[in-house]
Amino acid sequence: MNITFEERMRESINRPRIYFDHAATTAPRAEVIDVVAKILREDFGNPSSFYNEGHRAARLLEDARTTIASCLDVLPEEIFFTSCGTESDNWAIKGAAYARQGKGRHLITTTIEHHAVLHSMEALEREGFEITYLDVDHRGMLDSEKVRDAIRDDTILVSVMMANNEIGTILPIKEIGAICREAGVLFHSDGVQALGAIPVHPQELNTDMMSFSGHKLYAPKGIGLMYKRKGARINSLIDGGAQEKRQRGGTENVAYSAALAKALEMSLADMEHESRRQMVLRDRLIRGVIERIPHTKLNGHATERLPNNANFSFEFIEGESILLFLDKLGYACSSGSACTSASLDPSHVLLAIGLPAEIAHGSLRVTLGIDTTDEDIDSFLFDLPLVIERLRNMSPLYSDYRRGKLQPLIPEEGSLDLKIDGSYGWPS
Amino acid sequence: MQYSDKVLDHFMNPRNMGEIEDATTSGTVGNPVCGDIMKMDLKIVDNVIVDAKFMTFGCGSAIATSSMSTELIIGKTTDEALDLTNKVVAEALDGLPPIKMHCSVLAEQAVKKALETYYLREGIMTPERAKKFAILGQCEHDDHDQDNCACSDA
Repeated sequence: MNITFEERMRESINRPRIYFDHAATTAPRAEVIDVVAKILREDFGNPSSFYNEGHRAARLLEDARTTIASCLDVLPEEIFFTSCGTESDNWAIKGAAYARQGKGRHLITTTIEHHAVLHSMEALEREGFEITYLDVDHRGMLDSEKVRDAIRDDTILVSVMMANNEIGTILPIKEIGAICREAGVLFHSDGVQALGAIPVHPQELNTDMMSFSGHKLYAPKGIGLMYKRKGARINSLIDGGAQEKRQRGGTENVAYSAALAKALEMSLADMEHESRRQMVLRDRLIRGVIERIPHTKLNGHATERLPNNANFSFEFIEGESILLFLDKLGYACSSGSACTSASLDPSHVLLAIGLPAEIAHGSLRVTLGIDTTDEDIDSFLFDLPLVIERLRNMSPLYSDYRRGKLQPLIPEEGSLDLKIDGSYGWPS
Repeated sequence: MQYSDKVLDHFMNPRNMGEIEDATTSGTVGNPVCGDIMKMDLKIVDNVIVDAKFMTFGCGSAIATSSMSTELIIGKTTDEALDLTNKVVAEALDGLPPIKMHCSVLAEQAVKKALETYYLREGIMTPERAKKFAILGQCEHDDHDQDNCACSDA
């Protein structure tokens, strides 16, 4: 390799930045921005108002609802607009718990859910509800039979995400939904990462409620969705006017609702082609990283995973320092390292799939999108090994390993499917 | 959360990174479970620190504080180096985000761990000096479960 790290660093100022964090958020599509601008300019009315401006706004809102309903193969009255995925998760879980507490106070979820679900569950726990957190395997996969075994007479809700935001594993929602239906238990699934990436049909998936977010599928932040099956009764969380069939108060965000409808329509129109394209890029990225960088493992399921998600652990180094160097080289990525969060603990998802903390700290998530090109992957496959090597050369763990004083947890040749047993056993 | 330019500079271009083959003393603190380990090698001649080198497993501020600490102690007598505190390190870097202050504690601990070993081995530990090592008994991770945190036991 002739080009040094320092030279790449200097060059990077002149290269366009490469955005590899589409699981965090996406840039709104130009057509979506046009929809927002047009409505804000021409149709500022309140959909509840009884005059022309209001009627026009109400029509736009209902058109958006109908479009989304047809994209999901559900009824328009089963679609509710919210402010974000987190609100939808809170509403589904707390709303179901409060409405059904007469029947029982037991809920079931998994250890790898988004914080919107986990912290809603914890809030209910503080109010005396009992929560069962189901473990997943080392690939982040949940055995649906575990749900069957966990359901009790007093179980009122099961909530299992469709696809994990950190490691990309796709869970067997349809089977879990069937088990819940058989047992007569409400089933909610967080579909935030799945929508637009893989087929999502709430009815076919046997769900009663699903949460979605706009900004993960090229719509703006500040708009979310809840699918709630007709007949599934839950309490409201936001009391107010008669909006959203009296179930979610607050003047509707007409422009963003229409934006979400547009974004969803566009995502689904080329989903088949786009997800195949991203999968090819993803698999080239995964193979390339594991081939080029020793002691590296893929996190999550090798095949049952989101088309745009790659998540790696690099032994002997820490994730935030990887992100910092990548940022300086022009890449936006994310990490499950403690140091990139407000707490000092590494990602709960990486710990839940059995990674020892010292390996979880050295993780990197790369999520692709519609703007990702072949050249982006080539460039990343060139730069990432330089970053990892530089950080390993600073690491006392790597130095110990080179001197034979430390047994590596990830083999030199790396792995797509490694279950790690044990840890460094520090302090020795 | 954003780092100061100085933190980024010391992270990107760390000073005195590496190991001293014939180090007089060395100190390792931290724990891979907590996500940071620092190893500090010192070369001491006539009670003066003539060279210092570090290796760090950790985040940007852990690497930057290690780098800054070596700059602050090279050329100092061992007793002068004992006055190095995490606040001095953090200030020299134009400040650290609050959540990252523990990294500067780790840097202070690494230097003191090396010096403690040196004083004890040379038989020159005095009650006056011993007081300066109190920080080694502390866990720099305030919000960790202290029982499970072996940060300063390494």
